Amino acid sequence: MTEPAWVRWLLIGVSVAFLGLFLIVPLVAVFSEALRGGVGAYFTSLIDPAALSAIRLTLLVTAIAVPANLAFGLAAAWLIARFDFVGRSVLLTLIDLPFAVSPVISGLIYVLLFGLQGWLGPWLSAHNVQIIFAVPGIVLATVFVTFPYVARELIPLMQEQGSEDEQAALSLGASGWQIFRRVTLPNVKWALLYGVILCNARAMGEFGAVSVVSGHIRGETNTMPLHVEILYNEYNFVAAFAVASLLALLALATLGAKSLVERFSGAGQRGGGAA
Amino acid sequence: MQNEECRMQNAKSGEWQVMRIALKQHSVLPGFGVSLGYTMTYLSLVVLVPLAALFARSASAGWGRFWAAICDPRVVASYRLTFGAALLAALINAVFGLIIAWSLVRYRFPGRRILDALVDLPFALPTAVSGIALTAIYAQGGWLGRWLEPLGIKVAFTPLGVLVALTFIGLPFVVRTVQPALEDLEKEMEEAAASLGAGRWQTLRRVILPALFPALLTGFSLALARAIGEYGSVIFIAGNMPMKSEITSLLIITKLEQYDYAGAAAIAVVMLLASFGLLFGVNALQWWVNRRQRVGA
Amino acid sequence: MSIEVRHLSKTFGRFAALCDVSLHIPDGELVALLGPSGSGKTTLLRLIAGLEAPDATDGAAVLFHDENVAGRPVRERRVGFVFQHYALFRHMTVFENVAFGLRVKPRSERPSRAEIRERVLTLLRLVQLDGMAQRYPSQLSGGQRQRVALARALAVEPRVLLLDEPFGALDAKVRQELRQWLRRLHDELHVTSVFVTHDQEEALEVADRVVVMNEGRVVQVGTPEEVFHHPADEFVMEFLGSVNVFHGRVEAGKAILGPLTLDYARGVGAKSAPARAFVRPHELEVDDHANGRPCFAAVVQHVNAAGPRVKLTLTADAGESLQAEVSLERYREMRLSPGMVVYVSPRDLRLFVDGEQKVVG
Repeated sequence: MTEPAWVRWLLIGVSVAFLGLFLIVPLVAVFSEALRGGVGAYFTSLIDPAALSAIRLTLLVTAIAVPANLAFGLAAAWLIARFDFVGRSVLLTLIDLPFAVSPVISGLIYVLLFGLQGWLGPWLSAHNVQIIFAVPGIVLATVFVTFPYVARELIPLMQEQGSEDEQAALSLGASGWQIFRRVTLPNVKWALLYGVILCNARAMGEFGAVSVVSGHIRGETNTMPLHVEILYNEYNFVAAFAVASLLALLALATLGAKSLVERFSGAGQRGGGAA
Repeated sequence: MQNEECRMQNAKSGEWQVMRIALKQHSVLPGFGVSLGYTMTYLSLVVLVPLAALFARSASAGWGRFWAAICDPRVVASYRLTFGAALLAALINAVFGLIIAWSLVRYRFPGRRILDALVDLPFALPTAVSGIALTAIYAQGGWLGRWLEPLGIKVAFTPLGVLVALTFIGLPFVVRTVQPALEDLEKEMEEAAASLGAGRWQTLRRVILPALFPALLTGFSLALARAIGEYGSVIFIAGNMPMKSEITSLLIITKLEQYDYAGAAAIAVVMLLASFGLLFGVNALQWWVNRRQRVGA
Repeated sequence: MSIEVRHLSKTFGRFAALCDVSLHIPDGELVALLGPSGSGKTTLLRLIAGLEAPDATDGAAVLFHDENVAGRPVRERRVGFVFQHYALFRHMTVFENVAFGLRVKPRSERPSRAEIRERVLTLLRLVQLDGMAQRYPSQLSGGQRQRVALARALAVEPRVLLLDEPFGALDAKVRQELRQWLRRLHDELHVTSVFVTHDQEEALEVADRVVVMNEGRVVQVGTPEEVFHHPADEFVMEFLGSVNVFHGRVEAGKAILGPLTLDYARGVGAKSAPARAFVRPHELEVDDHANGRPCFAAVVQHVNAAGPRVKLTLTADAGESLQAEVSLERYREMRLSPGMVVYVSPRDLRLFVDGEQKVVG
């Protein structure tokens, strides 16, 4: 039972046209603009010291934010999916908060707290600690916008799985750490990986929140997305799109990894973790 | 009778225990204290204290200045653009997202799997990259701008450009919420409708769409919420002309650059409350729809 | 290892799941906790295991062979617990599942690799799953999973074995086979075992002793024969097998229960009181003519002759619907068919009179 062929093809045509217009054309444009000046110019703009420093900073920030949020995600998921306590739903809402908040506001709250005119600003500057317009601020803003990802993948899965496996391990004499490592972690590994992939992509690509706290000091507090913005505003389009193409490759890798994880975890559920 | 007695006895002897149970149900699993402590500390440091700073700062300047900051004509114009374009973009995404989800779930055509994976691109692509890419395409002489220009349609550096960017950014939400709902939809329901004499169009309108409506609503509201707060993909294509193509997020940054922290905080509070109000309203609507459908069933 | 629980209560929020339950389970017995859903049987089992904590009432205790384990966490109690849905670890093979309890022991107590292997393979042989060691749970049938769960629980040499609805998720034929197998296994191992079930046939067939529970209380404890033939109250009577109920009153030395009239000596001189008589279908004598004994007439509504005994649905004069059973021979002799009038007399019945408990046999 289905629609007449012309309706079918009309709908498929509309879908393909819309996705092509909104997704594929911009994606192709990034690479095409990046290579407009030839392959030589492309690589020259990538090994520019400011570009290299932006890449380094992005990797550093990601290397801090992702593990931190991984640990948070595991703790929060264990707490929410395994215990019943007052304030549980409030906590769940809080975890969703960054999804509802504009990234600009996510950056702003740290400026208001740590900035020179902020609550802790005077005390911090008296002790020679700089958070805003420096790396710690960038890390904080990135942590804020990416902390829900791991927790959000784990909580529904762990709630659905229930705690019988852990109870069984407990009745067989396993300790808390043994239960976590041998029973809980293997049960959620795909969801965990999925969350980490999404968290990683957002951490590397975050623009709005980081832009507010960074101060845009070239070679020091510029992440890759910020570097793209600066180059673009300087009308250095080839260089801007060259750095942007790296980020676009990251996005494509993320999508690929995501599809793979989806396939494996689906197979894992069907084949009982035979993978 | 004996049971009643027992319950009363329970209530008496277990008074202190009832208090404890009210806070946390007993569980044999370890790690409650550790995970609670860690989660709460983390959330407090990352979220609660900074948010408190935002609200405190917006209040610090006094009601008069707060009001002046959020009612400035330039700010009001930015609300109109931000919320208007976001709403329109979410509506466009609701319509096309539904069609896309339908095609991806129900039909088999070459390239389907790749398109399916690509739907998440706006999630994965850094917003700055989307912003410059869209601008390049729609600018004068760009791949599409070149063809639209002679028709008198200007996209880049106009409110229309804002709409394009917000549509791009909200695209995955509707598709990804409707898709699973469509996959879960029992084929039998449609077959039952057909066996009762409904035509394909009637089945769609009376059976399928109502079943998909909660998911569609969720996707729509997520796209709307995201569009209201969007910054990176918009600022490049918007042109950022005051009163015309300036979004609210950008105004916050402008205020910050002028060291008007209280003004920035005030506008941020308005945006936050609008987002929360929206999410709350949609949750309430969702609850109402679900309840009605359950009662109906 | 004997088990004793004293004065256990358990409240979930406002709901009293278990009310002051005390129970003694002798060493080496196989005991069934039988009751309808919500009767507290699973809660009691989980309290014995230590998976729930009892309400802190005076004298609440769980004793394993005179040792109070109430304060001990579940991992120190050395109980084998078999979960209703098995809770097998999906990502581990059958072998790894069974070995789990041995591998998580502290290094000082942990058997060597070879010993673990030996013990696991022995257990798999015991549960008739040799050759399945490298399979994953998802590659097994329901009955096989059930046996893996049992082997896993037995691997740690538990002091007591606790099973929550062990056959609940299986289809009828597998259920039948597994319960007889469990009985044989228990006879071999003699571990004190408690299992929860809502299926009275299962409890009566497998257990040495049946604990009937209702609304958070223990209603009766006894051998299957005792609880079936001498039910302590109307609940037990109705819960253990189908039964016909006749409502009426006792007064002036008589019990008048619908179509039934009986002598009731204890009622002489006593006040009139409401009463109910319970008669199991096989205790109703069905005849095609009045045979002189007290009896009443009924009309055959439906005959089900598919089975060793023929099941009849009858309607008495006043409209009560009754279930009765006759042997195949009697059915053929009488040539029973719907619409026929028959004469019914109870061979045996239990009478419950408000305000007293008396069984007339």
